[in-house]
Amino acid sequence: MERVPILKIGSVLLVSIQVDMQDQMALQLQEDLGQRIVDTGAKGVIIDITGLDIVDSFVGRTLSTIASISRVLDAETIVVGMRPAVAITLVELGLSLDGIRTSLNVERGLELLARNAEPETVDDLDFLDEPETTSP
Amino acid sequence: MALKAEQSERLGKLLAERAEKIAKRWAEIAAAPLKGRLTVAESGRQTAELQAQLQKALADGAADLRSAQTTELRAVLTELSRGRARQGFTASETATSIFALKAALYDVVDVEKGGESALRDYVAWSLFIDELGLFTFEAFARAREHIITEQTEQLLELSTPVVKLWDGVVAVPLVGTLDSARAQVVMERLLQALVDTGSPYAIIDITGVPAVDTQVAQHVLKTVMAARLMGAECIISGIRPQIAQTIVTLGIEFGDIATKATLADALRHAIRRGAAAARAANREA
Repeated sequence: MERVPILKIGSVLLVSIQVDMQDQMALQLQEDLGQRIVDTGAKGVIIDITGLDIVDSFVGRTLSTIASISRVLDAETIVVGMRPAVAITLVELGLSLDGIRTSLNVERGLELLARNAEPETVDDLDFLDEPETTSP
Repeated sequence: MALKAEQSERLGKLLAERAEKIAKRWAEIAAAPLKGRLTVAESGRQTAELQAQLQKALADGAADLRSAQTTELRAVLTELSRGRARQGFTASETATSIFALKAALYDVVDVEKGGESALRDYVAWSLFIDELGLFTFEAFARAREHIITEQTEQLLELSTPVVKLWDGVVAVPLVGTLDSARAQVVMERLLQALVDTGSPYAIIDITGVPAVDTQVAQHVLKTVMAARLMGAECIISGIRPQIAQTIVTLGIEFGDIATKATLADALRHAIRRGAAAARAANREA
């Protein structure tokens, strides 16, 4: 069975879905992605669905589930590149993909992640420095 | 009703022998009810062409309008109907031009003196000509429908432009009543423009929409939801006071969608939001 590749860029995982998603593939992606977030300690996940012509209710729900799982693991999920036809279909179906943040393209998705990211390293945390400088 | 072979032959012969006289009479009678909107010469040219084709079809042994020999005749009739429809004539005026042939034949043949067989022939020919007339009627209706669909499409084309207002801001000014078909076109155009330009902000301006009912609101809301799914924010602008009243009276909820009174306000809002986002991103970087 085909697997969807998961690429790591800095602290972000990029998932680019290029073929029409089968149900089994979606479930596999859900499993793999959880594992990768734990392994890499990623803070953000970008799922690029530019290549998807069809998003049915199952795939839509899986995307929601993936977002929820990532949030539990402290990573924010952003779905990018949804095609107009797909967006119209989802609205007509009444699926609003609750809890998923969206962006027009990968670039804007990365910007959105950067904007929301918390300071990453311990060095960035000012309050940790304070006890040292104030200590006698 | 089909013409008998000898009736068809006699009509063909008559048309051939008295061609000039019939043509002249037909042109006169056909042009009369058009009251100068079509010149006698123009009308005469059309009837002459019809006459030639009719004569040809009869010579080939055509018994009714469905037979294969009348293909060209039908084509000429269709062409005539289409031309008349485009010029703004009514269906009756078009069909009358065909029916004028009956009067012309009556005058030329002098049925009254011809006795019973002439009368029988004349009635049969009349029925055949009626068939021609009905065919023009149908062709006319088809041509009209075609024109109407064409115009509807053109209207759809011209009334939904998506314009780029600023870097990252596109707007669609809605003008006229928003029905389901138009709403669909607007939605598709706007979403496609978002993808093409990579704009995160879209303004839907409803200044030109005369009335907002629940259906129109539903269409607008769907567009906003779809844009959100794609990762863009929509702002609704151009809400006139009366429309605001209607919206509230109908109990339409726009939820957390930004609404502004004018396009200028909406643009200012979008630019400000865009700038704030850019600053936040820069700070992080």
